Amino acid sequence: MIDKVLFYFFAGLAVVSAILVVTRRNAVHSAIFLITALLATAGIFLQLRAEFLFIVQIILYVGGIMVLFIFVIMLVNLDVALHQVQFNRQTWVAGILALALGAQVALAFRLVQKNPQGSEILRLPRGSAAQLAPNTELVGRTLFQNYMLPFEIASILLLVAMIGAVVMAKRKV
Amino acid sequence: MDALVNFFRPHLLPLVYAVVIVALLPLLAGYIVLLERKIMADMQVRLGPMRVGPHGLLQPIADAVKLLIKEDIIPEGADVLIFWLAPLLSVTAAMLAMAALPFGPAFQIADLNIGLLFILGISSMGIFGIVLGGWASNSHYSLLGALRSAAQLVSYETAAGMAVVSGLLLAGTLSTRRIVELQAQQGVWYAFLAPVGFFVYLVASIAETNRAPFDLPEAESELVAGYMTEYSGFRWALYFLAEYTNMVVVGAIAATLFLGGWLRPFSGTRALDFLDYAPSLLMFLLGGYCFYRVPKQPVRVQGGVLAAVGLLCLALAGVLGAVLIPPLADTKAAVHGGFWFLLKVFLYIYVFMWLRFTFPRYRFDQLMRLGWHFLIPVAIVNVMGIGVALVLHWQWHWGLAPALVVTTVATLLVAAFLARVGERRQKPLVGET
Repeated sequence: MIDKVLFYFFAGLAVVSAILVVTRRNAVHSAIFLITALLATAGIFLQLRAEFLFIVQIILYVGGIMVLFIFVIMLVNLDVALHQVQFNRQTWVAGILALALGAQVALAFRLVQKNPQGSEILRLPRGSAAQLAPNTELVGRTLFQNYMLPFEIASILLLVAMIGAVVMAKRKV
Repeated sequence: MDALVNFFRPHLLPLVYAVVIVALLPLLAGYIVLLERKIMADMQVRLGPMRVGPHGLLQPIADAVKLLIKEDIIPEGADVLIFWLAPLLSVTAAMLAMAALPFGPAFQIADLNIGLLFILGISSMGIFGIVLGGWASNSHYSLLGALRSAAQLVSYETAAGMAVVSGLLLAGTLSTRRIVELQAQQGVWYAFLAPVGFFVYLVASIAETNRAPFDLPEAESELVAGYMTEYSGFRWALYFLAEYTNMVVVGAIAATLFLGGWLRPFSGTRALDFLDYAPSLLMFLLGGYCFYRVPKQPVRVQGGVLAAVGLLCLALAGVLGAVLIPPLADTKAAVHGGFWFLLKVFLYIYVFMWLRFTFPRYRFDQLMRLGWHFLIPVAIVNVMGIGVALVLHWQWHWGLAPALVVTTVATLLVAAFLARVGERRQKPLVGET
């Protein structure tokens, strides 16, 4: 019961604030609602007992908005932005994409309903809380034992992006 | 209804703890302010607050009342909702971080698997309160203070995080309680195993809490009061509370990770068990000193208040001493744990104050250079050094101590090299040739 209430609270919060991110005119308000949306997602992670994902979501994504704030404050002229056209005329493209995504989710939902144990297409194993017990340790082992190579490739990619940003921003080091 | 009751039953004790912490923290913060003013006065050969209560002991309460009844001003053109929200964000973030701190073996709201990460992540969200408050005030001083604060936090959080990692490598767990228990098992505080990490954390935590010599976000001579220039009354008090709560939080992280948490000094050595009497004796002496000062108070009422404080100290001495007798020995760990933990946190905060009244403020470029060119590289080298030492210990069966000594010396050499390079690179100041 409580679990359901909490889930719908977080999910509703995430959806509503995600909509507000797009519709607010003031960029600072948008950033604040982005924080709320990300925090609500973190709450859902916590409810799924994925503690590590919860805190990583907060540190990386919510912390990253800090920088976004500074960009908004320093680069966006709010007075000008208030009088500009907010939406462009590609609503129909977005509409079609949203419909396609909705259909996909509905299909996945149907498949799970038909076969709760999980079919070949959609394998959603149900984990108990105990299985996730030392959460941080489990994530660490999985990353560094089962997925070592992809993890390292992703790290190198990020490093390259970082060095590239520094080189492009600063000609003379 | 039953569902609600069943849901809350296991959380009853943590709820009580949470209420206790939220209720006591403002008082504690007020007295840290008084302590700070008294220490400042002592270092500047003054008396400090002396009027309200004996030796100014009731000053925090008078200050709190003054702040509550002050006029609440909202500047013209401010974004009112955000202006209201910002101080609340700061305080909430600082208080939430308290949830995972072990104040003693018995007093902890939640022992999380992600404990230390939780504290670091949640407490770093307090910066949103500062930036939003500075932006919403519609004032240039506020905005400049907020931006400085954000830049400073981004620069120093990396160093602090790396310093924490050096301690985590030794512990191998994020749970705050396990970290302290492991230090008890190994019989050594991690400050001695990772001295460079501890030093980097000390410096970075001063910078993160925006205190002198890193108090550029609120540099009075340049920015009036930084991000909280436009705040008054209760909202201003909330910012102040958040700042001092953050000091307690960083002190508690340092105490837990590097200074053995609730453990007594030399907790593993039986020969030094007489140290168990120290807390009780200390409180007893403090109470005795209060009574000795009673007849010297200029006003009768002040003498009475001082006598009450003395009685409080004696009562604490009684409690701390009573748990030493065998029938109550079960509660000894809990009571004495709390005492030692708070003592360590306060000593850490004392170091903050000491540095504040000793060093002049950094310039902004010096602050950035210290962060990016010195602290972060040293912290990263330190993490690598401790990793190497642990590999030497596990794979090659070196003793842990010699391995750590070798890598710490190597880290210090790198630090000395970085310091020399930094000096040579420093551009001459205006006026110097």
